[in-house]
Amino acid sequence: MLNELKKSLITAVWFMFLTFPIMVIKVNTVYNTIVWRWHNLIYIGVGAFFGSMIWRWLHYKKTHISERNIRERLKNGLQNAIVDNKKVLYTLIAVAVAFTFAFPHMSNAYQINIMTTALMYVVLGLGLNIVVGLAGLLDLGYVAFYAVGAYSYALLNHHFGLGFWAVLPIGGALAMMFGIILGFPVLRLRGDYLAIVTLGFGEIIRLVLENWNAFSFGPSGISGIDRPSFFGLTLNLSQSMTALYYLVLGFAVITIFCVNRLQNSRIGRAWLALREDEIACQAMGIDKTKTKLTAFALGATWAGFMGVVFAAKTTFVNPASFTFLESAIILAIVVLGGMGSILGVILAALILILLPEYLRAFSELRMLIFGGSMVLMMVFRPQGLISNVRRKYLFDKMNFGGEKTNEAK
Amino acid sequence: MKQNDQTLPVLEVKGLTMDFGGLRAVDHVDMEIQNGEIVALIGPNGAGKTTFFNCITGIYTPTSGDIIVHTKFGEKRINGKKPNQVTELGLARTFQNIRLFPNMTVLENVMIGRHCRTKAKVIGALLRDPGTRKEEKDAAAVSYGILEKIGLTHLANEMASNLPYGAQRKLEIARALATEPVLLLLDEPAAGMNPQETEELTGLIREIRDQDKIAILLIEHDMKLVMNLSDRIYVMDHGQRIAAGTPMEIKNNPEVIKAYLGEEADA
Repeated sequence: MLNELKKSLITAVWFMFLTFPIMVIKVNTVYNTIVWRWHNLIYIGVGAFFGSMIWRWLHYKKTHISERNIRERLKNGLQNAIVDNKKVLYTLIAVAVAFTFAFPHMSNAYQINIMTTALMYVVLGLGLNIVVGLAGLLDLGYVAFYAVGAYSYALLNHHFGLGFWAVLPIGGALAMMFGIILGFPVLRLRGDYLAIVTLGFGEIIRLVLENWNAFSFGPSGISGIDRPSFFGLTLNLSQSMTALYYLVLGFAVITIFCVNRLQNSRIGRAWLALREDEIACQAMGIDKTKTKLTAFALGATWAGFMGVVFAAKTTFVNPASFTFLESAIILAIVVLGGMGSILGVILAALILILLPEYLRAFSELRMLIFGGSMVLMMVFRPQGLISNVRRKYLFDKMNFGGEKTNEAK
Repeated sequence: MKQNDQTLPVLEVKGLTMDFGGLRAVDHVDMEIQNGEIVALIGPNGAGKTTFFNCITGIYTPTSGDIIVHTKFGEKRINGKKPNQVTELGLARTFQNIRLFPNMTVLENVMIGRHCRTKAKVIGALLRDPGTRKEEKDAAAVSYGILEKIGLTHLANEMASNLPYGAQRKLEIARALATEPVLLLLDEPAAGMNPQETEELTGLIREIRDQDKIAILLIEHDMKLVMNLSDRIYVMDHGQRIAAGTPMEIKNNPEVIKAYLGEEADA
């Protein structure tokens, strides 16, 4: 106990020393005098003292108690109750679906707009989840595919007047092509090296868009892109926002469906094996090249679709929307949510996109809160919000009678 | 269980050589493995056994020599083929330092072995058409059958990383079996096992050979297991094959004794 107090005291003194120049000394530039704000030092000291106590207590709880008790209880109690108990699961899903469908009718245009953005990030997160979460290929240039999708709609609409629905598959296909183009040179790379190359690729796409004026209209971007049409209806702005919300919602549902099916398929297992151990994966007869390229191509396709939707939503694209920060946020969604976990990615996307919006009230502090919560997450739950649960096969329920007799022959 | 096609070779290796820069790790090694045979490859540490394995399974491309696999589709030279192509031709392996897929369930680990014997593509995975569904179910059933044989069914839905050491070794064998090999290559399967586990493993390997008619090539340091199990033994030292023969012949071979124990001091 005394030891703990000593540690906290040292932390407090250290913090007081570190923050001394900025928190205590204030130069009054008008009168050229120095104001000593000693009371700040006391606040810092007391704050750091108790802060470090709480920090270490949480740490202690995490390493000692949670290991056995809480995690087990949580796992068996909460996660299993949700995932295994179909009744609870279906009720939750029903509530979520009802909420998402009713959402536009009970909120204003601003709410619908940010919710649409959040859902777009759900789709982007799930797309990147294929590459990073399932196949374990650290991709820092994911936004490049998003840009490909957005610019393919912007340019095709600008030059040829093609509509949203015509460009949607084209945007997806183009992004997929770029995914494969990026995939080929990085086949031999892994981990950090792969991250560097994909980062470079993302920047190349952005810089090309920024500087190739004749092609992409440079930093000034392309404006006046058509909003999507829905069955030839004439919609006013708020109606078309609502329609777009439902479109993105539909997209999110389809994506969840697809990723869920993929991750428990032959291809999905191959991705996981690739992530877990590349050499063993090859030795088990998995074609590394094909598996990697499929992951890149599929991940990129979702980004391409969302790019088209993005261009249609904002009716304006310029390279500033496709900076590295975007890639970083999408990656943060995947990591924060839990690699490979669909539910986690959805939750993380909603938190990461909605939280800064709702924190606008504390606009000066919102980035601080955002960053702080990220750091806390990584310290106390490095595996992500919801860790991936692999499918369980129940053999007493599956009937293998037919197959087994076949094999015995 | 003797078969009449026992004399057909499964694997022929002729003059296999592997250089790493100026170092010759494997030096003109010949080997032939017959159908349904258990062959051991022994030798002191650093003799080049694992390098030899890695050449055969496609992890390294050998400098020279021929590796020929006899499949039901005829003879295939597999030098320079990728590991997954080698596995597809019917050579499956385990690793000296266990290389499971830790964050996948035990059953999924085995199902990975089915990968090269199944065909479902992305479209199939998304649509789950009857063909894909049947394939998935078959893959699960076959994998479960293999786990039954190995005795790991009670752990089927457990994460592979949670398995005890002996079970992990067994799971590696199960995973290799799922690829339907004609030749199973085991790299030190008994390393780190206690005598009882080794005993079990011996039974298991024999069972695999007898029931599934799979030839087995194993690297092993446990001499009791090697002498018990193998039909023939190859001995390597300094990258060269120094002896070959039945366990009895190897036991009394002066070259082998020299390689393991050194020469007598008073020559």
